Amino acid sequence: MTAALRFDPIRLPEKCEQLRKEVRAFLADEIAAGTFDPHKPNREDTDAPEFSRRVGAKGWLGMTWPKKYGGQERSFLERYVVTEEMRVANAPTRRFFVADRQSGPVLLKYAPEHIKMDILPRICRGEVCFAIGMSEPNSGSDLFAANTRATKTDGGYLINGTKIWTSSAHIADYMIAIFRTSPPTKENRRHGLTQFLVKMKQPGIKVNPIGQITGQYEFNEVVFTDFFVPDDHVLGEVDGAWKQATSELAYERSGPERFLETYYVLTELVRAVGPNPDTRSAEGIGRLVAQLHTMRRMSVSVAGMLQAGKEPVVEASIVKDIGTVWEQQLPHRVRDLAAFVEETATNRETLERQLDFAIKTAPKLTIQGGTTEVLRGIIARGLGLR
Amino acid sequence: MRVAPWGRTRQWQNTGNAVAESDNIVVETAEKIFADLADPQTINNDKKNSWQAPLWQALSEAGLPLSWVPDDLGGSGASLADGFALLNAAGRFAVAVPLAETMLAGWLLAQARIASPEGEMTVLPASPRDRITVDADGALSGRCRGVPFAKAAKHFAVLAHGKDGISIALVDAARAQTESGLNVGYDHSDTVTLDKVQPVIIKAAPDGVDQTTLMLMGGVSRSLQIAGALESMLDISVRYSNERVAFEKKISKFQAVQHNLARLAGESAAALAAATSAADAIANARSFNDEVYLEAAAAKIRCAEAAEKGGGIAHQVHGAIGFTIEHILHRYSLRALAWRDDFGSESHWAVELGKLVASRGADELWPLVASR
Repeated sequence: MTAALRFDPIRLPEKCEQLRKEVRAFLADEIAAGTFDPHKPNREDTDAPEFSRRVGAKGWLGMTWPKKYGGQERSFLERYVVTEEMRVANAPTRRFFVADRQSGPVLLKYAPEHIKMDILPRICRGEVCFAIGMSEPNSGSDLFAANTRATKTDGGYLINGTKIWTSSAHIADYMIAIFRTSPPTKENRRHGLTQFLVKMKQPGIKVNPIGQITGQYEFNEVVFTDFFVPDDHVLGEVDGAWKQATSELAYERSGPERFLETYYVLTELVRAVGPNPDTRSAEGIGRLVAQLHTMRRMSVSVAGMLQAGKEPVVEASIVKDIGTVWEQQLPHRVRDLAAFVEETATNRETLERQLDFAIKTAPKLTIQGGTTEVLRGIIARGLGLR
Repeated sequence: MRVAPWGRTRQWQNTGNAVAESDNIVVETAEKIFADLADPQTINNDKKNSWQAPLWQALSEAGLPLSWVPDDLGGSGASLADGFALLNAAGRFAVAVPLAETMLAGWLLAQARIASPEGEMTVLPASPRDRITVDADGALSGRCRGVPFAKAAKHFAVLAHGKDGISIALVDAARAQTESGLNVGYDHSDTVTLDKVQPVIIKAAPDGVDQTTLMLMGGVSRSLQIAGALESMLDISVRYSNERVAFEKKISKFQAVQHNLARLAGESAAALAAATSAADAIANARSFNDEVYLEAAAAKIRCAEAAEKGGGIAHQVHGAIGFTIEHILHRYSLRALAWRDDFGSESHWAVELGKLVASRGADELWPLVASR
């Protein structure tokens, strides 16, 4: 077999199901207390610092990390359960989500000890928000075209240039970004980029919000002008960021957030059609549930393989490719099926409002975090085509 | 005489290993036989079907068609998980003998502690829309369409509805009227009519075994076969794209072709994940609850969709050569499409699953999906 893709049928261990009950109870309490409305994904203010602290207090942030950094040393499968329950409830995770999924693990691997001791426990307590500085005005999917410069100076680097589409930069305490420390070489155009930890909210950094077609402000332009980053904020090898990026992508690409972003419209459709759907609605719902179930089983399988120490990079890319295309199409399929929902359905307005937002959200889903085209290129490489 | 090297007795409702965790002696044995006697190119060149008898004989001697029948009922007593893994391997070779059908028939008979005879079998009904009835004298009547390999079968395992509930029967195929037909993959898919046929033996079905159970078992079996066929379609499509030159380069170097193959990999992966997950769920189930129903129905729906999308891409990559009867691609692509129809199409299962979800209510959808 050329491909030999693996998706072992993982069963979540018993302790995951206990944890799931705890998370559901916690979220139910938060909803009852008015922290957020699970039926309103289109809230304007998506930042919830107090909620973030309460999630941290439950021990659900950085939960796979070593205890000495504030973690719980629990499994990726347990983290998976927390993530999917938060997502399905439409909980306001913006403040901690990036730090927990991505930035923390990068710091764990590449930051000096004193920085780990300083920042990681604060992530676990839900106190700090992270942004990721990758894209630039002339460098999106082509990451290695990044041109924001880090010029060596006494004790550190001076940063000049612009990052763009940077989610949460307006509320972030830190950013993990790649900057150019050397020009690319003829042999390796990926050479010359370095990963840095950047402390935000300082002079020399200007964050300009960019409006999105959903009506929300989530991403930003971030302009660096002679901004100083100390030497100990270099993460990993100078000029060698390209070696560090790939294996972590499996974590980023295969999680439940890659197919659940518009899930709420499916729940609301089921509510709208009621307990005795006509054949058309039943078939439409059945297909969507079958597709959803399949993706979740693939995603859980990748989580299980990660937990077992494997690096299912191609499998993870497949999950994100299929998952994001599905969550992008979902609002349109639900709209098709909702066309004949009874006027008397009590949640009709809620469904319509949700569809309106989900349809506007849909275009970004196959762009953010690695476009469909990039993912298919990675899969093709895994198949031995490139 | 059947000698199975793995001889372990495991029955329905027993806890078995997951497909992926199973020891692979069953699969290894089968793959060796398939490689020797069911090579797709050799079979495709053989217009007289002279490969069929030796293949069936080798499979029978290894005890594979009665994998799901315990030793004391004449089978080789493999676990459900091992049997499912075997069907996945059979799909990878697009095996066109009644292996899956005989396995299912043996499994059904074993549920009522009926011993399996030698030779090819199939199951009745093979569609959720058909129904066999049993009258007060124990005679069976009914008409079943789309019965796979009925023409080749010496016996039928029959699930019948009567006044006193559900029965399982062994029927001599010679006593039924069988009209020959072919499915889209050129395999026998026949119409069987029973008109007051006296079975060889008939017993009451145990609790928890009904027509839906049979359809879900059959559906998951077909899902694994489809997933296997898609794995092979991906394999031969990738290989072909690395050989075929157009516009002065291998077509695998064109981004449009790469992205098509990446999508085929996605469909193949989805089918494999859905089918093996459902097999694992059934192999470890204590009863057919909603979670197992979701797994099995979803597998058939998603694998059928993958057969269409994935098979379409495999043909697109191959161009005209893949459309020729000489090329082996159609052995996989058409069979995968044909398998969609058996034991309930994806449309059937989608309606049933949709009804289940609706009856449970909106707030019970996520708990169902996240149940394991």
